[in-house]
Formats: sequence, structure tokens, C-alpha cells
Amino acid sequence: MTHTQKRILVNNIVMVLSTLSAVVGIGFLIWILGVLVVNGIDALSMTIFANEGAPPGNEDGGLKHALIGQLILVSYATLFGVPLGVLAGTYLSEYGQKAKLAETIRDVSDIMMSAPSIVIGAFVYAIVVAPTGHFSGWAGSIALTIIMLPIVLRTTDDMLQLVPSTLREAAFALGAPKYKVITQVVYRGAKAGILTGILLAVARVAGETAPLLFTSFNDNFLNTDMSQPMASLTVTMYNYATSPYEDWQKLGWAAAFILSMFILTLNILGRLFLLKKRGK
Amino acid sequence: MSNIIDKIFANTTRFIAVGILLLVAWIFTVLFEHSLESIEAFGFNFITEDKWAPNLEKFGALPAIYGSVISTFLAMVLSVPVAIGIAIFLSEIAHAKIKTPVGVSIELLAAIPSVIYGMWGLFYFVPIIRDAFGGIGISMLTAGIVLSIMILPFMAAVTRDAMNTTPDILKESAYALGGTKWDVVKDIIIPYAKAGIIGSFILALGRAIGETMAVTFVMGNVHKISTDLTEPATSIPVTLANEFAEADSGLYYSSLFELSLLLLVISFTIISIAKFYFLRRKRIGQ
Repeated sequence: MTHTQKRILVNNIVMVLSTLSAVVGIGFLIWILGVLVVNGIDALSMTIFANEGAPPGNEDGGLKHALIGQLILVSYATLFGVPLGVLAGTYLSEYGQKAKLAETIRDVSDIMMSAPSIVIGAFVYAIVVAPTGHFSGWAGSIALTIIMLPIVLRTTDDMLQLVPSTLREAAFALGAPKYKVITQVVYRGAKAGILTGILLAVARVAGETAPLLFTSFNDNFLNTDMSQPMASLTVTMYNYATSPYEDWQKLGWAAAFILSMFILTLNILGRLFLLKKRGK
Repeated sequence: MSNIIDKIFANTTRFIAVGILLLVAWIFTVLFEHSLESIEAFGFNFITEDKWAPNLEKFGALPAIYGSVISTFLAMVLSVPVAIGIAIFLSEIAHAKIKTPVGVSIELLAAIPSVIYGMWGLFYFVPIIRDAFGGIGISMLTAGIVLSIMILPFMAAVTRDAMNTTPDILKESAYALGGTKWDVVKDIIIPYAKAGIIGSFILALGRAIGETMAVTFVMGNVHKISTDLTEPATSIPVTLANEFAEADSGLYYSSLFELSLLLLVISFTIISIAKFYFLRRKRIGQ
């Protein structure tokens, strides 16, 4: 075999292996999605949205408590996390820029984004649950806020930096003070990007389970009092799926399906915003 | 007037930004304070002792550390080659018409919460392992495999991004010299993007070691060191997820906080190595 033939042979082998690994990897992922869709749709019904949790063996158990709990937990986290994250990101991009302090905050936020979320749960347990003596919705929302903060901060920072400096200079030349330049010119220029960042951050915390296990804990009934333990889709999913009861497991799949669709929708919306911006 | 507002605005943003640093420092401090009881009771033995017996007030973290290391190692061994394959496929083999949809679906899959991977593992993968190896199917091996599938989309996406940083002109020059696709991958792309690719793997490793939900379903939370991968095991996050809400004594809590601190320090170290050594941040606009 000549050298060239050998090279072509090796090339073909590697190409086949690469394609194969892509097929295997994607195959697994399609399997998981397929299982999720089939089981999820099978378990979906109107009673799921209308009823609260029920003891096992009871046919009309629902997920209303978990859906509403999840909504409340994530809403509060968004309410706290977004303004704080956007303002901190504003500092990095508009004031700190490349100063040492700003760079340190960027590095630490980057690390926080990949840090284990269960540890945040332990931290919130120590500062909220232990002193107050019980699990609570507040504790859950605070844990989610801490996870959300670095994501919103870093995307805001990146998106604001994309705004051309000529826009800022033009506004300054008109005599606008810096806060006006930022709030009326820079924010507008980066609107789509910041919105995308927020959507992705909401999607990320909506799927968090570990930090809620011992902060908001769980509740099999509807509770809207943030000072009490609160159900979430993710923890409910975990409890139901690991239970030995078939009807609970079924509800677990329904919760998994609803949550995944919500998260995928947010991700797709976020992408569309960015695409639309680029298309302009 | 606007001068004052300007100052207030600037200082508010600075205050919140610095608050992030203080928050991280606070997290470390609180975890350390709550670990003190356990640190005083066990000292260094905490990480070398293999007995975890809450009823006897004896807490040794070695089985959990062992489980974290082995399950993450398994996950990496399984997912790294597949991730490289997918990245090569996406950057050099796939036609443009396939590249975008496959690339986007992999990114979307990386957004699926890990609890779903865990649930799939429990209902669909545990029986397969049970049939193939006997036992109950809940094991270190199952955890490693489910973890590898969970980190695969993230890993493939970042590896592809790293490979895509190779300038087209370098690749085209190599093709013009008669290089095969494999020649271009091994002699141009991999050398060029080496730091980025390794950094991506280490980042994925950092995520995998702290991952809780994908493995909690399928690992079993058994504090025993076994060389048999088909035996149930535990890891640091699995122990935390299973026992935190149930701990009933000061020392038990303190030991769990020490585990959390240990996990945070390990992840911080791994992620920092990836960030500072391999992935120098690329500034947007440069």
C-alpha cells in the first residue's frame, strides 16, 4: 500500500468513527427526548392542571401545587436576580471595564456559573432555613437568585460591550450625563441581547432541583405562602419518580415533560431574539 | 442634579458588583463555620476514614470522595471520545444543511435539566444494567454512564466551538496541499485549538463532579468502597441530596457541611484551572 493510500484509509476510518460517534451520541439524546415526549404526553390530562397532589392510588392527583409553586419560586428569583445582575453587569461594562476589580468579578462569576448548585442549597440552608427553623419558599427563591446572578451579570456585561462606543460618544457629545447615556442609549442598543440573557438564565434556574431539595423542600398541596415549604416541579418530579407508586411516577413524567417544554421554549425564544437582532 | 444621580447610579452598580465577590466569600465562610464541629471532631481523618455511620456519630468521607472520583472518571472516559467525534463531525464532515440543525439541537439538549437525565436513567437504563450485569442495576457504572450522557451535549458544543476558532485560511491551506480531512483535524485543528479543547474538557469535568440530580437517581447512596462497578455507591453530591434534609444531630450536619465545602473547593479548583490555564477569556469586540 502506498503512503497516499494509507493516508486515505486512515482518513476514512476516522471519518466513519466520528460520524458513528455523532450518531451514537445523538441517538442517546433522541432516545431520552423520545421517552420524555411519549411518557409525558401519555400522562398529560386536564386533571393535572386542575388538581393538587393526592395520596398514591388516588386517580385524580394533579400537579397544580407544583406548577404554581414553581412559578412563584422562579418569579421571585427573577425579580431579585435580574435587576441585581443587570446593574452589576452595567458596572463591569461601563465603569469597571478592564480594571483589575472588574476582571476579578468577571472571573469569579464565570466560576460561580459552573459551581455545584447543591452547595448553594447548603449555604442557603445555613443562612435561612436553620435560623428560621423551617424550610420555606423564600429560601428556595434565594438559592435560585444566587444561581441566576452570575449568568445575568456576565451576559449583560458581554451584551453592553457589543454596543459601539461611537453611540456612547455621540450621546456624551450632546451633553448627556453618564447614567442617561447608559439607561437611554446603551441599554436600548443591547435590549435584545440582555433579554436573551434573562430568558436563558430563567430557563437555567427553572430546571434546578438540587438547591431546592433542602431550601423550599416540598409540599404535596397548594401553598402560596413563601414562608412555608413550597412544592416545585423539579422536586416533585424527583419525589414522584423515586416513589414505588405507578400513578405518582406517571405524574413525574408529566412534570418532566411540562418543565422541558417550558425550558426549550425559553431557549428557542432567546435564540430568535438574537437572530432577529443580527438580521437587522 | 444630574451630577448627583450620576454618582448614585455609578455607586449602586459598583456596590452590587462588589457584592458578588462578597457573596462568594460569604458562601465559603458560612460553609467553613458550619464545618468546624466536624473538622474539630475528625480533623484530617474526615477524608481518609471510610466509615460513614450516622447512628454511631462516625463520619468518614472517603467513600463519597471515591464515588465522585470514579463516577466522574467513568463519565469522562466515555464522553470525551464521543464529544471529539461529534465535534469533528460538526466542524469538518457534516454538510452545512445538517450542521446547523444538529449543532442547535445539541445546544438545546445541553439546556435540558439534569433531573430529566436522572429520571430517564432510573426508568430506562437501570433495567439494562440489571439485565447485563445482574445485581439491582443501581450502581457506580450506571451513574458514570448517565453522567457521561448528561455532560455530552455541553462537552460536544464547547469542543466544537473550540475547534471552530481555527482560522479557515489555515485549514484551506492544508487542504490545498492535499491533506485529507483527518490530516487537517490532527495537524491543523487540534494543534491550533488544543488549549481550548482541553479547557472545555476540564470545564465539563468541573461540572460533572458537582452534578447531583443526574446521578442521585441511579447511584444508591451506599457508603461503601467497592472495586466492583456494578455495586451501589455514593458520591459527595449524592450524599448531600439524600441526607441533608434528614440529618438530626449537630455533628451529622457539620459533616455534611464539610462535604459541601470540600465539593465547592474541588469544583472551584478544577474550573479555575480550566479558566485561567486553558481558556483565556476572549473579549467581545476584539
